[in-house]
Amino acid sequence: MSLSSPTPKSANSSAPKSAASSNNSSASALRNISFWFAVSALICLLLVDIDISTADPWAELGLMTAGALSPSVWSWPTLLSSLANTFAFALQGVTIAAIAGFALALGYRFTLVRAFCAFVRSIHELFWALLFMQVAGLSSLTGLLAIAIPYAGTLAKIYGELFEEVDPAPANNLPGSQKRHLSEFFYSRLPLAWRSMATYTSYRFECAIRSSAILGFVGLPTLGFHLETALSDGHYSEAAAFFYALLLLIGTLRLWLHKRLLPIYLVAVFYYLPPQATISWQLLVRFVTEDIVPGPLRGQVLLSSETFNNLSQWFNALWQQQIWPGLVNTVLLGQISLVFTGLLALALLPLNSPLFMGHGRFMDHGRFISHSWKRGIGDSILVLLRTLPEYLLAFIGLLILGPSMLPAILALGIHNGAIIGHLLGRYTEEFNLRADASRGITLYFYEVLPRIYRQFLAFLFYRWEVILRETAILGILGIATLGFYIDSAFETFRFDVALLLILVSAALNISVDQFARYLRQRLQLKTVPESL
Amino acid sequence: MLDNLSLNIARGERVALIGESGAGKSTVLKALREQCPDQVAWCPQQPGLVPILSTFHNIYMGALDSHSLAYNLINLIKPLPGALNIVQPIAKQLGLEQQLFSSTDKLSGGQQQRTSIGRALIQQRPIFIGDEPVANVDEYQGEVLLQLICQGHETVVLALHDIAQALSTCTRIIGLQDGAIVLDAPSEELQASDLAGLYGAS
Repeated sequence: MSLSSPTPKSANSSAPKSAASSNNSSASALRNISFWFAVSALICLLLVDIDISTADPWAELGLMTAGALSPSVWSWPTLLSSLANTFAFALQGVTIAAIAGFALALGYRFTLVRAFCAFVRSIHELFWALLFMQVAGLSSLTGLLAIAIPYAGTLAKIYGELFEEVDPAPANNLPGSQKRHLSEFFYSRLPLAWRSMATYTSYRFECAIRSSAILGFVGLPTLGFHLETALSDGHYSEAAAFFYALLLLIGTLRLWLHKRLLPIYLVAVFYYLPPQATISWQLLVRFVTEDIVPGPLRGQVLLSSETFNNLSQWFNALWQQQIWPGLVNTVLLGQISLVFTGLLALALLPLNSPLFMGHGRFMDHGRFISHSWKRGIGDSILVLLRTLPEYLLAFIGLLILGPSMLPAILALGIHNGAIIGHLLGRYTEEFNLRADASRGITLYFYEVLPRIYRQFLAFLFYRWEVILRETAILGILGIATLGFYIDSAFETFRFDVALLLILVSAALNISVDQFARYLRQRLQLKTVPESL
Repeated sequence: MLDNLSLNIARGERVALIGESGAGKSTVLKALREQCPDQVAWCPQQPGLVPILSTFHNIYMGALDSHSLAYNLINLIKPLPGALNIVQPIAKQLGLEQQLFSSTDKLSGGQQQRTSIGRALIQQRPIFIGDEPVANVDEYQGEVLLQLICQGHETVVLALHDIAQALSTCTRIIGLQDGAIVLDAPSEELQASDLAGLYGAS
């Protein structure tokens, strides 16, 4: 037997004094905000179409299951090359994004830099791809930029926040003359933030593989391209092969993507798929100076009243027919999906919690033995659900359930709920429960739920912007969110409309991000942005 | 840590474990609790309260096992009259009636400790085992709380660092040093000076 001295590390139970002095967000504030979110989601649910419109969803599901159980590869070269392309776009994109993001993070204290980063990341990879495709075609450059640009915005934000959060003591201890010097930064802040930066960047790389695969849905030669074709044609066995290839690629990253091998992989992907495109400069100039300029302004005298009237008519018509309905649907779907994500995360977290998946024995001071086979299986389910891109899930959902908002809600909820559930489960490892704590459902509601609730809301609000970005993009699949109108505008070559709608969607994402940040500050929620 | 330690505690005894930190008090208490967990009201050194739940809920948590799941869950959302009737008198005894519905992260260290004692009292078990249950309250309050604990339980085992408290509250004193019992005597036969040596102050 070992003597167990009380560990002061358990912030949950032993840090009441500091919490009491600084805490103005009481339990009731957390309850109120949850209540209003739930009510708003219920109201939204009444306003949207969530019917199942296919005649026999079970039959389709049966066919898919049969396909999933009998994967077949119709062409190995195709499978392997699309797998390599998916990997290459992701690695190239994240590498460029990490370099650009690092440079931007150095200037993160300037409002202009922060605004720029917020802007580029508020536009989804697929929208960037659709834009670049107009000038650079379905080229390797398009794929690289579509990932690199929004990811640079995200990485800049995370790096910037990490630099701000590191312990300032080492920097303050340096001789005064070196203050604010770049060497000071490289000697004190960067080493402290390095580990977290690496962790986050590697998580982002996993996300980039998903993004890269999804780029196939708009025509780039990645896994998504063949997945879409096979799924649309009902060739579920072939689709399954591509699907498993994606899972395998993401699932085995840890095994072969070592830090030291990274330079080799980098040289390989740039050699295999050099970023290039045949850009017609004439076309580019026309695109920038004409195509994306609002129709009524093209070749007109800018300050005439006639032009102004035309422009306002153009905008009014767009607002009524596309912008407003697109915005409303995006917000409705986003809100429902956010709350559904939250509920699912709370339901799934026991799968990765030693309190529910452990041996059921308490160690000293209630700390559980941390790993067990049950938890291993539980967490694998969460990681698997997390690995599935929401866009792909929604696409499959649409095939089974028919066009309505239901597949989108399910897809967003499952993917994001699994991410948050996984993190929350891990968070419960830190709990120091009393030896006489209750078990099972009572333990969940009386001990676990109250203790994780603050963290839960923090994660959920952090994820809000991402959910909304995805909500917009799911429009490309035919759900009438902003992405639906953006996609239609691209298809009819109305690039001015497409750009305006993309900017609207960006503005919506930025405002939601700001609102979520405000809520997090008001409720004093902290997040460790390691894998969100 | 504990080497071949044997200890018998009879029903009705009030035992104080004293000794330096690291002497093995917590380990002995833990081992004692594991002998018959169903009869023991447990009061650990770390109160282990749930921060955003109210004092009411944190006290009620001692009685979770004697109610149905549905009752517990409803009571979590809205305190039920039956549960209030049990918790309120206990909170009053502990001087917590003003704080009954504030969340426990807003309580002072002493109030949290009293809440933790409340969770033990509500269980109405014959044995109370407490690890420094009154360490965070002042001497006078500590005395009152210890009386309350002794009234509510037939057998009491406490780890205490306050020698005077140990002598006035308990009928038997056990001194621990390096995981071994170095003193075991009725408290009426002991003086405070006899115990000072246990704290290495020789």
